[in-house]
This record gives sequence, C-alpha cells and structure tokens, in this order.
Amino acid sequence: MVFLGGQVLPGNVGRAILGPFADQRAVDALNHTLGVDRPLLTQYWSWISNFVQGDMGTSYIFRSPVAPFVIDALGNSMKLAAVAFVLVVPIGILGGVVAALNLNRPLDRIISLGGLSVTVLPEFVTGIILILIFGVWLRWLPISAAWPRDAGFFTQLYYLILPSLPLFLVLFGYIARMARSGMIEALDSDYTRTAVLKGLPWRTVIWRHVLRNALLPTITVIATQTGYLIGGLVVIETLFRYQGIGSLIFTAARGKDFPMLESGILTIGIVYAVATLVADFLYSVLNPRIRLGSDQ
Amino acid sequence: MTSSAKAENALELTDLSVAYRVTGRNRAVLRNLSLTIGQGEAYGLVGESGCGKSTVALTVVRYLPRNGSITGGAISLDGQNVMKLDAEALRRARAESVSMVYQDPGKALNPSIRVGRQLTEIFELGGVSGQAATDRAIAMLNRVRISDPVSVMQRYPHQLSGGMQQRVAIAMALANDPSMLILDEPTTGLDATVEAEVLDLIAQLRQELSASILFISHNLAVVSNMCDRVGVLYAGMLVEEGPTEVVFNDPRHPYTVALLRCLPRGGQRKDQGRLDTIPGFLPGIGADIKGCAFADRCALADDRCRSELPPLYDLGGRLSRCFHHDKAQALPRATPSDVAPVPKPAAAPVLRVAGLNKTYASHGHALRAVKDVSLDLRPGETLGLVGESGSGKTTFARLLLGLVPPDEGGTIELEGKALAPRLENRSDDQIKAMQIVFQNPDSALNRSHSIRHLIGRALKRLAGLSGKALEARLNDLVHSVRLTDRHLAVKPRQLSGGLKQRVAIARAFAGDPRIVVCDEPTSALDVSVQAAILNLLADLQSKEDVSYIFISHDLAVVRYLSDKIAVLYLGRIMELGPSEDVFSGPHHPYTEALLSAVPKLDQTETARIRLDGEIPSATNPPSGCVFHTRCPRKIGPICEQQEPPLSEAQAGHSIRCHIPYAELARLQKAVVAEPA
Repeated sequence: MVFLGGQVLPGNVGRAILGPFADQRAVDALNHTLGVDRPLLTQYWSWISNFVQGDMGTSYIFRSPVAPFVIDALGNSMKLAAVAFVLVVPIGILGGVVAALNLNRPLDRIISLGGLSVTVLPEFVTGIILILIFGVWLRWLPISAAWPRDAGFFTQLYYLILPSLPLFLVLFGYIARMARSGMIEALDSDYTRTAVLKGLPWRTVIWRHVLRNALLPTITVIATQTGYLIGGLVVIETLFRYQGIGSLIFTAARGKDFPMLESGILTIGIVYAVATLVADFLYSVLNPRIRLGSDQ
Repeated sequence: MTSSAKAENALELTDLSVAYRVTGRNRAVLRNLSLTIGQGEAYGLVGESGCGKSTVALTVVRYLPRNGSITGGAISLDGQNVMKLDAEALRRARAESVSMVYQDPGKALNPSIRVGRQLTEIFELGGVSGQAATDRAIAMLNRVRISDPVSVMQRYPHQLSGGMQQRVAIAMALANDPSMLILDEPTTGLDATVEAEVLDLIAQLRQELSASILFISHNLAVVSNMCDRVGVLYAGMLVEEGPTEVVFNDPRHPYTVALLRCLPRGGQRKDQGRLDTIPGFLPGIGADIKGCAFADRCALADDRCRSELPPLYDLGGRLSRCFHHDKAQALPRATPSDVAPVPKPAAAPVLRVAGLNKTYASHGHALRAVKDVSLDLRPGETLGLVGESGSGKTTFARLLLGLVPPDEGGTIELEGKALAPRLENRSDDQIKAMQIVFQNPDSALNRSHSIRHLIGRALKRLAGLSGKALEARLNDLVHSVRLTDRHLAVKPRQLSGGLKQRVAIARAFAGDPRIVVCDEPTSALDVSVQAAILNLLADLQSKEDVSYIFISHDLAVVRYLSDKIAVLYLGRIMELGPSEDVFSGPHHPYTEALLSAVPKLDQTETARIRLDGEIPSATNPPSGCVFHTRCPRKIGPICEQQEPPLSEAQAGHSIRCHIPYAELARLQKAVVAEPA
C-alpha cells in the first residue's frame, strides 16, 4: 500500500533530485542507478525483502542509508510521545472518574464539555494558540522543540512541554470520555450494588470494585492512541520544527525521497501494530474472563 | 441487639410512597404501602412486572435509582428508622442488619475479583481479617452446601455455574448474620432443577438462621412454598395480604383470583378448556388512579369502584382492598373456557425425523449436542421438548429449521419428502412450511419498521402476496392474533412484550406454516400475558391444523399445550410419549426428578427427588446411561457400562432406562409424584 502510494505520486524522481535544468540523459542515468526504471513488481520485491532484513534502502536525497535517519527520528518521536503520555493518561482518567462520580453535576459538565471542545480543535490550531500564549506572549517556554546539542534530560523535557500540550488537549477529552462512560456503567452495575449493600465504605467500593472494571475499555483506547502519539504527529513536529518521524516523512514526501518515505510510514505501521498488540495483551492480563477462559 | 429491639418487627413499612422522576415529573410507583414482617417470618410479595415489587426491596435498603425518591411514609428496620440514617449509619445498617440477593447472580458478583476475596471483605468489615476471615468464608461456603469451598474461593465468578453463583451470593448475604434478608427473584432464570436446589437451600437456612425474609417473586408457586404470609401488589398498592395458604386457596381480591386462574394447574390441557386471562394493562407508573387501581380490568367493578379508593378491609387475619371482597371468586371469566372439540383423524405424520445427530467440534473434542433422535409429529399436534439447559432442545430445533446442518446419515422428512440439511437448499414452500417464534420478541423484530411493514413483508416473502390480496390477508392475520388496526402503524418498541409476541406469531403464520417451532415463547412474559399467548397458540392450532414444537422450561405450560413430550438429556431422548403418559407416569427417573423439582401451588410439600450436581459436559458424557451420575434410581454397574435402548414400554411411550417398566411403576407409586 505504502509502496504503491509512493509510485502513483506525480513527478519523476531523477528530475526532482537534479532540478528542472538538468540534462534529460543525466536524469535517465540517475533513474537507472536508483533502479526506479525497473518494473514495479521487481522494485516492490527488492524493497520489501530488504526491509524485512533491516535494510531500509538508501535515501535519494542524502545518498546514504535511510535506517539511521528513521531510527533517530523514531527515538525523538518517542520522547515527545512519552511526555504527552505521562501527562495525559493520569489526568484524562482522573478527569473521567471525577466526572462520573459527579454525574450531571456542574463539575461533570465542565469536564465533559471542556474535554470535548479541546478534542475537536485540531492540534495545529491549539498548537499555534499555545505558542502565542506561552512562547511569544509570556515567553515561559521555547517555541521550538529543537533543543541545543548535548542538552540534558531536564532541558530536553523543558523543550518538550510546549509541543506535548496540544497532544494532551487532543487526547484528554477522548480518554476522559472513555473513562467516564466506563465508570458510569460500572457504577450502575449489579456488582457495585452488591458491594454497597455489603456495607463497604464508599471509598473501598470505588477502589476495589468499580475502578478496575470501569477502566478496562479505557486501556485499549489509550494503547491505540499510543500509535497516534508516535506516528501521527506530522503537523505538530513540523510546527515545532522537531526532528521526529512525522516531520521526516513530511520532508521525504516533499523531496520525493521514496525509500525514506516508505520506510518511515512502514515503521509507523509497525508501531501501531505493536501498540495494539500490547493493548490486547494488557486487556487479557487484567480481565480474568479472557485470561482464564470459562470452565462452563 | 438489645432485648427490647428483639420485640420489634423485623421490617415495618408505613404509608410508604416512592416516585420515579421521568421527563421532569415525579411518577408514583409505590402508593401508601404499609406492611409488616415479624421476627423470623418469611413474607412473600407477588404481582406482575411493573407493579413495584423490586422498588420495595430497593427502598428498604435505600438503593433507589438516581431518579427515584421516597415521597412519603416511613421504613423501620428492627425498630430503626431507615430514612433518618446518615451515610455512615446507613452503611452500618447494610453491613450488619439487612442483606439482599437478587436475580442474575452472574452480574451480582464482581467479575474481576476472586470469590474468596469477595467473601472475606465482608468479614474484614467486622474486624476479622487474614486467616480468620478465610476460615469464616470457607465455613460460609460450606453452609450454602458448596462441596469444595477451598477451590471455589480461588475462582472467579464466571468459572462457576449459575446455581453455584447464586449460592455464593447467598453466602455473601448471610455472612454477617443479618436480621433481614431480601430475596428479589432469586431463582428466576435458573433451570428448574437448580431452582429447586436453591429454594431447598433457602428453606434449610431458614431453620438454621434467625433472619426474617422478604421474598419477591412473580412465581406464585415458589412463594407459596417458601413463605408464611403473602402480599399481592398491584400498581404499587397492596391489594391483598394474608397467610399464604389462605390467600392462594381462598383469594378475596379479583386480581389475585384472576392471577391464579391464568396458570395452567392440575394438569390442565388445551382440549379441556382455555386459560383465563386478565384484560387490559397494568396502569403505567405515575398514572392518575382515582378509584380501585384494578377497576378497569375487573368484571366486578361498578361505579363506586371507579370513583372511590377501596380501603383495606380486615377480614380476620387477612386484608383485601376490594369493595366486593366477599364475592371476588365469582369474578366472571375474561376468556370463555369452552373449546370446540376437534376430532383428530389419524393423518400421516407431517414431520418425521430419523437418526438425527449433531456433533460440534469443541477445542478438539467432539460435542454431541443431539444424539440419535427419531420421532414423528402429526398435523395439529404439539410436541413438547423438555430438559435442562444444555440438553439439546434448541439445537434440535435449529436442525429442523435448517439453521445448522445435522451430521451425515439422519433424515428429516416434511410431509413425506426429505428436507435438505441446509436452509439454502430447501425450496420456498419448505421454508415457509416451518417457522419459528423466539423467546425474546424484542430482538426478533426489527425496531425501525412499523408492525404493518413487518407483517406485510412476511406475507410478501412467505405467501407471495401483494396489493389487495395482501391487505386482506394482513387484516385476517392481525385479527386472528387479536391485534387491532391501531397497532399496525406503531413500531415494536411502543408495544408491550405480549403484543410484540403476537406480532412475532402473526409473522410466523404468514405463510400458512405446517410446523411452528416455539422456543420458550412465554418465558419472558407475565402470567396473564402468558395465558393469553397460550390460548392464542391453542386457538390457531385448532383452526389451522398446524403442528408445534414447543420448547419451555415451564412444565405446566408444556403440559397444557402438548400432545406429545420428548424429554432430552445430553442430546438424547430419555423418554418419548403421549403427554398424559409422560406426566402421569410411570416415567423415566430423569422425568421424575424434573417434575418433582417444580414448585407447586396445589399441594403441600411431599418428599422431593433432588438431582445432585450439574448436567455433565456433552464433550465428555458419562459412560453407559448418560444419566447414571445423577440418577436417584441407579440400579448398579449395568447403568455405568451399558447405554439402555429407548424401548417402547407401552404403545407410543418409550423410555430409555434399564429398570423395567413395571418396576418403575412400583417404585414411583411409592412416592406418588403428583404431576405439575
């Protein structure tokens, strides 16, 4: 899929690299060296077989192997994702739980409506607004995520706060809403009634009986969002000039650097797959029904 | 508890009113309800769904839904005013003096916590923890007759059967020795044999414990066996109350009279008369009731009943809220009993099944869901399928309908012609000749279409009608299932359960079927609605000469409608014969046990036969006679080694048992298992 998408994009690779004034013969020669004049199926086979062996090919633009670029960018993206993740998961769940416990009271309305409204704003809008407020206006945080060379952990963290905020806003509403509906269902369940009628203190009912069952579906959602956090950040990374995998793909697409583009996208695909797998695994570990199957 | 508190009633409701807030208005659910339960007494509360039974239970423990509120009156539990308790005192009351068990134990237990932990946390509340709490939990499980408590403690609820789950729930409820135990439909949804076990358990525990019981059930027979006194609830009002035996044998309120008449009793059959029904509907919650709530549905009602609320007359130890309590039993029938006798010519069988088998592959094991079933069915006859869940009733029905293909070798013949194993290979005529009515009409009817569309489509598809002819047939059909034109325009959700089931029946009858499979068609319905549906099925049968395959766990209902009975166990026919012979016996020991498990209204408790344990897994059925592991009449090693053949004991009556027929007759006469 990724491969074909790259092929149908208009434009000639050699022409794009050498520029509009290069000699047609030089363009053809370059195309031949790169192998892009071979039949599609042959190109596909050599690309995919190399990829599974860890060889991502050679960048058309940088004339050097793609792999180090992709791995670097993936590392950077993971840092950003980790910061956003650590911020949004606890706060999102907390928001949902608090909302559910105050169902239909003002606090619930504020959390639900607030979460929903920031979620529907695209991240480039919130991103720009946040840059204006914290970067330009208040000057609290750096507007670019590119930290100086040799920056330590905390400096890097400092630079990552602003780019992670738009991600936080996008995901908060989503996670909070899942947690809230899970909580509401669990609170209305018969087993919660049983727990209350046992005479357990409210706090025990919530911690022991409600939370675990309520948050199971939320976990799956969070894990699928991890894929987005790592791979779907083209806009944010470009906006903050951050060398993540999103901006790598964006640059590669503009320069028709197909090996780079294809490897980048495939890497993201793998990240998504792994995240989903981890989610399913977590779900089955936490849910005895799946873990142990049924005797009956 | 002090000695002065001992003298108090266990529960006292005084003028209790409860309302649910729906679309901004408070709608009354309980109206000035007063009742008293003495120390150690078991009080039954009966009535149709929607009359407020469960609301009573939830109000007592102060666990009303968010939109519910107590609008008046007082609740006193052991002399303590429940409504004045603050959060902490209420919690303590729940922990110490009142417990509740409700329907569907699978949902009542927390799915992600081990059974043991769910028990020990109760003891921890009382300051007992660690090993001591574990020991007490094990003792509690022993008390509810769980045979292997140590391993059950380690399990999650989904690893237990329904009956075991309910035992655990009862153990949890009794763990802190409450003075008041509320049981809200504790056995609804369980198999008859499991229900009997759970009821026995409750009865035994009553002897051991001091708890008073509020027992809520729609099943009059269950209440009559379990309770000392009974209250009949209608539209949130107590309409009759008194000692159980007196109320059920000599009812003094027309509603109680009518409810009792809806039940097929004493082996009543369709050719002996129709069941009585209750016309009209329960007033909706919040309805404005001026006079007697039941007046609209009561044939005895006069002007006074409609304008003036009758008081609760004290009739000496019993109460009735009816001006005409003295002549309540003279309530005219709503449905005439008489049926035109249908002479049955001995026609050729419409359905003939021979050597039918179905094997599923389950985790590498063969699961024989249906094994070697042969039977036939004549036009206008009903075959009742009886057995616990997992006995293969539904699989057999699905095989007939072609929804799953049987194993090679068996044959199904419809009117003398072999039927293809799969639905898609059957002709249109064959498909419309065999139709089904499901248990739950809600999920069987497409909710986005009108009733006219639903029935019209069936007529178009099955009968190939269109235009004027379709209109005419539609009207016929709608009237024959006693729906009115008014119902045609609405969507399924605007109809009650009984009306929806009528639509489902009309749809099944659209193509003039020869056979209709009825899979538990009345088990989701109230008794008065059930009676109307059973009458309808019987009427349609005598009019159209259609045959039924009737699946139900309610043996009295099966008996009412069936001409023939097949008793299934682990996919095998254990007994097959004319309904009367199967019910009156001598019968197979399994049939005997099934019949004995059914709670009965008409008689006092006799020695019951109990089935131990659960139905074995069909992937690994017992050797020899599959029933030998639970059989109360097992005679010896032969039962474990040889599977007995299904042999004809009398003309048309076959039993699969090693015990000779005459011997079965002698053994069973000793018990006199009076049929349901």
